[in-house]
Amino acid sequence: MTDTTLTPTGHTPPVAFTQAELGWLPWLEPLPNADLTERHWAGLVDASRAKSPYFMLLARDPDILKFRTLTDKDIFYNPEAGLPRAERELAAAAASRFNGCIYCASVHARFASHFSHRRDDVQRLLDDGVGADLGERWNAIVAASVALSATPPTFDTTHAARLRAAGLDDHAIVDVINGAAFFNWANRLMLSLGEPDLPAKG
Amino acid sequence: MTSHPADVIDALAGIAPGAHLDSIRNLRKQARDNAQNSYLALFAPSDPGDVPLDDRFVVATFVASLHGDATTAAYYADRLDEPCGQSVATEVALATTKGPYGAYPKGPLSAEDTPGPAYRVSPPGRACLGARRAAALEHVHMLVFHPRDSSPAHLQALLDAGWSTTGIVTLSQLVAFLAFQIRVVAGLRALAAAPAGA
Repeated sequence: MTDTTLTPTGHTPPVAFTQAELGWLPWLEPLPNADLTERHWAGLVDASRAKSPYFMLLARDPDILKFRTLTDKDIFYNPEAGLPRAERELAAAAASRFNGCIYCASVHARFASHFSHRRDDVQRLLDDGVGADLGERWNAIVAASVALSATPPTFDTTHAARLRAAGLDDHAIVDVINGAAFFNWANRLMLSLGEPDLPAKG
Repeated sequence: MTSHPADVIDALAGIAPGAHLDSIRNLRKQARDNAQNSYLALFAPSDPGDVPLDDRFVVATFVASLHGDATTAAYYADRLDEPCGQSVATEVALATTKGPYGAYPKGPLSAEDTPGPAYRVSPPGRACLGARRAAALEHVHMLVFHPRDSSPAHLQALLDAGWSTTGIVTLSQLVAFLAFQIRVVAGLRALAAAPAGA
């Protein structure tokens, strides 16, 4: 069989950053359900991910998908110490806003809003970009995430010092580093293997 | 036989066992261990499938070099048994720029469109590396510096050069993982160098 690309039609590509729930349409054929082996199921980690075209596409290489997912879950969901969940999501949203991943930014902006109850501030990050003034603690987290996301990264001791001055201990700073760095992984997959879809309001 | 450090991020960031950041990193032990497992899945796979190991080290050397991380670039280059090593170095010099740049879907975000180069492998580089690796490096450059310019056409170029769908998934994971690894290393190095309690 000759492999081909997929070109989605009839959908609505979002043209602005949003906290709305978006769909994602693959540009390459996801693994067909019938082809899932035990190793693929292990790669998906959560069986419900077999419904997602994104995870089913990544399941073509199941081992790296599995370890990527386990890395992701610990960085964002591990409740022990470190940075509050809201601010880990802020780091993810800031990296995604800076790299230009509308899909990733929508998910993690929504989570940041949910956990922080600061929906308007999160929306200003999306609307005005990574220079929005969100108060010093959030500004320091956004600036650190952006510096780390620049290519080459420009994160240096001044960013670490600013995070410390904003009240973050070293566990929390490592959460900022891990959260922003991880979204440089996620953004590149989401941006390059498919595109977002803004479902009609209904 | 390629050997692999017990924790490649620690090795690249210069974190010794027992150091302050060694204990700090252990708060996210699963993330730490699975970053290492991710590295091993990509660079010591049980089955390389559609992407030979040599290709992976060519790509990793290129990605780390484009990120300006000499230590990490040398780490991957040392594992590269490659007659075109010099070609990779030459291509790095041609491909180096700063990101992220690129275009948004037409609309209000177009005001933020940032132009930048679309890199093409040089004719001598292509002659040594071959069409398949050359197509990979061109795609890698986009993923590293301007991923928001992605389109199905970029994936078609890889298919046309002999990449399979599954091979493209592996290549994409490879570059995206390295974008993560290199930034964790950069962040930890800066944190280690920042005076505590400043």
